[in-house]
Amino acid sequence: MAEHIVRAFDADLDALSRGVAELGGLAESMTTRAIEALVRQSPAMANEVIALDAKLDALQQELEEKAVLTIARRQPMAVDLRAVIAAIRVTHDLERIGDLAKNICKRVLAITGLVQAPKLVKGVEHLSQLVLTQLKDVLDAYVERNAEKALAVWEHDENIDALYTSLFRELLTYMMEDPRNIGVCAHLLFCAKNIERMGDHATNVAENVYYLVTGGKLLAERVKADTTSLEKPMSAQ
Amino acid sequence: MVAATQQEAPAPPTRRWRQSAAVGALATTLLIICVLALIGSPVLLPALAGALVTVIAALSRPRAEHKVWAEISSQETVRAGIQAIVSGVADPVVVLDSHGNVTMFNAQAKAALPQLGIGRHLSFAVRSPEVVSAVERVLREGTVAEAEFHEKVPVERSFEVRATPVRFDAASAGPPSASLEIVMLFRDVTAARRLERMRVDFVANASHELRTPLASLYGFIETIEGPAKNDPAAQARFLAIMREQARRMSRLIDDLLSLSRIELKEHVQPTEEVRLDSVLSEVIDTLTPLSLECRTKIEIEGMNRTQVTGDRDELIRVFENLIENAVKYGQSGGRVDVMLVDGERAVSVTVRDYGPGIAPEHLPRLTERFYRVDVADSRQKGGTGLGLALVKHILNRHKARLVVRSELGAGASFEVMFAKPAINEPA
Ligand SMILES: Nc1ncnc2c1ncn2[C@@H]1O[C@H](COP(=O)(O)OP(=O)(O)OP(=O)(O)O)[C@@H](O)[C@H]1O
Ligand SMILES: [Mg+2]
Repeated sequence: MAEHIVRAFDADLDALSRGVAELGGLAESMTTRAIEALVRQSPAMANEVIALDAKLDALQQELEEKAVLTIARRQPMAVDLRAVIAAIRVTHDLERIGDLAKNICKRVLAITGLVQAPKLVKGVEHLSQLVLTQLKDVLDAYVERNAEKALAVWEHDENIDALYTSLFRELLTYMMEDPRNIGVCAHLLFCAKNIERMGDHATNVAENVYYLVTGGKLLAERVKADTTSLEKPMSAQ
Repeated sequence: MVAATQQEAPAPPTRRWRQSAAVGALATTLLIICVLALIGSPVLLPALAGALVTVIAALSRPRAEHKVWAEISSQETVRAGIQAIVSGVADPVVVLDSHGNVTMFNAQAKAALPQLGIGRHLSFAVRSPEVVSAVERVLREGTVAEAEFHEKVPVERSFEVRATPVRFDAASAGPPSASLEIVMLFRDVTAARRLERMRVDFVANASHELRTPLASLYGFIETIEGPAKNDPAAQARFLAIMREQARRMSRLIDDLLSLSRIELKEHVQPTEEVRLDSVLSEVIDTLTPLSLECRTKIEIEGMNRTQVTGDRDELIRVFENLIENAVKYGQSGGRVDVMLVDGERAVSVTVRDYGPGIAPEHLPRLTERFYRVDVADSRQKGGTGLGLALVKHILNRHKARLVVRSELGAGASFEVMFAKPAINEPA
């Protein structure tokens, strides 16, 4: 009888992890497509992603309820409790990533047809590639329960910050070069900011995977390489 | 292939076994009930019970047991047969039970989806919402479902997925889903998708980048036809510039084409063994005229026999680009070092110059297409801004890394690292 309960509990945990993986897949897919919508300037694709957000939210809520029920019913301990807690936290970050993808798509709708030079979105695309890699790696780490992989994701975040800083300066330069670029570049700046924040959420997920596997915490606050706001004002060439 | 699997697989391995086991259990239970009922009549008990036990023991038990064992062995044969078919398929194949849990897969599937594990749900290995919902659809409706899924990182890949419901035991009664399994066939369509994309990208990039030089060509032609009509000296000068422009345009197209070609096969790792030292000396030889022209000396270090797995022509392009950049942009330093190190965990090549260096905000961007730190300077040096993009894609394909280090005023170093395959620890 006891074994039966244990097995049912394992099944609960397994279903929960599986749900988190599927939610992660949805967030990955939304992000990939949001960037594609931006690069290809495709309002149709942007609208598809915007529509997907409701599905993501519903799935996230369902998972959270499942997790809460699991705690109430099974009163898990130690690693099992950590698995449930981590699942709840991870779903929150994934849901935020979906929101940010949706926000990028709304901006795509606003700037479609106004982007004059492909080079304007190239940097944003490059940034998204780094973040998507982080997201993929951290979800793989979650599925594999791999603390080392999670740690690697957590440490890689600095590359994203460096690229974001560089992108920020480039977009500012375009704005100063030609005032007609200002509207589009402002939207692109926010897109870049959204992507950079997705990277932060991926890092949060990494912290939770690490916690789930080892029970330990990654150092609370890291020194950020983001020096954008400390820069001296640039001269316009 | 799926059809073949269906035909060759008349019975579901585990489920039939479980059914026979259930029959056995049922028989045993009935026996116990009979015995319990008999206990109620003490007179008949010893005789009847003894007889029943003997009869049933003689008839059903050995039979049931015999049948179960026969089934197991025949099931095992069938299962082995299916496994053999699955491993024989050239594309990735995964077989799922009626809950979506993985029961079988082949080596190709494991290579494409490293998180696959027997008994684990498919979603742990493929998170793509398209595939997840295709599996749900098959389980719900019992019909074939198709999906396509794309991976963008670390290298772009696309698969067409066909999920076919298979009833291994058509004769079995019970709810239709009881014996349902799903055969998932993955077809790698990366090359086809990339080809489509390549056309689009090529047209977009080429038209954008060629516009400026084309406009200037027009300008010169108009000048030669108009104001410079009777000025042979000016005409000669303009024609020389025009030749240079045309040369740059054709180089741009060549570079774009090679970039597209590399991207097309980026997901296939090269297998050849290449002598890195000979690649480097060949590149340095071809760059000697340029280095003389730029008054820059190329110093070499560690040029011992060193092998890596790779594509010789592509590696030549990589080091040609890196050393050419070092000579072109770092010529004020007068010296370029090329170092080959055959280390314990990696083989690395470092190209270092002593020129002006690169400001930190540009470092993460250098490998983007058409990214140039100083557009005018690079144009004047005949650059297209595609060199490092090409380097990056080639190295991706080789699973090698590029690390750029530089400080303004202190030169730049570009290091290429080929990881060595992990050596098995001695037993
Ligand atoms: N060793 C270096 N020192 C300083 N700047 C460099 C160095 N190598 C590359 N760069 C900068 O990086 C930019 C991109 O280099 P890349 O090789 O991709 O293009 P390119 O040299 O301009 O064109 P191509 O290689 O197609 O002729 C260059 O324009 C240059 O500004
Ligand atoms: Mg170059």
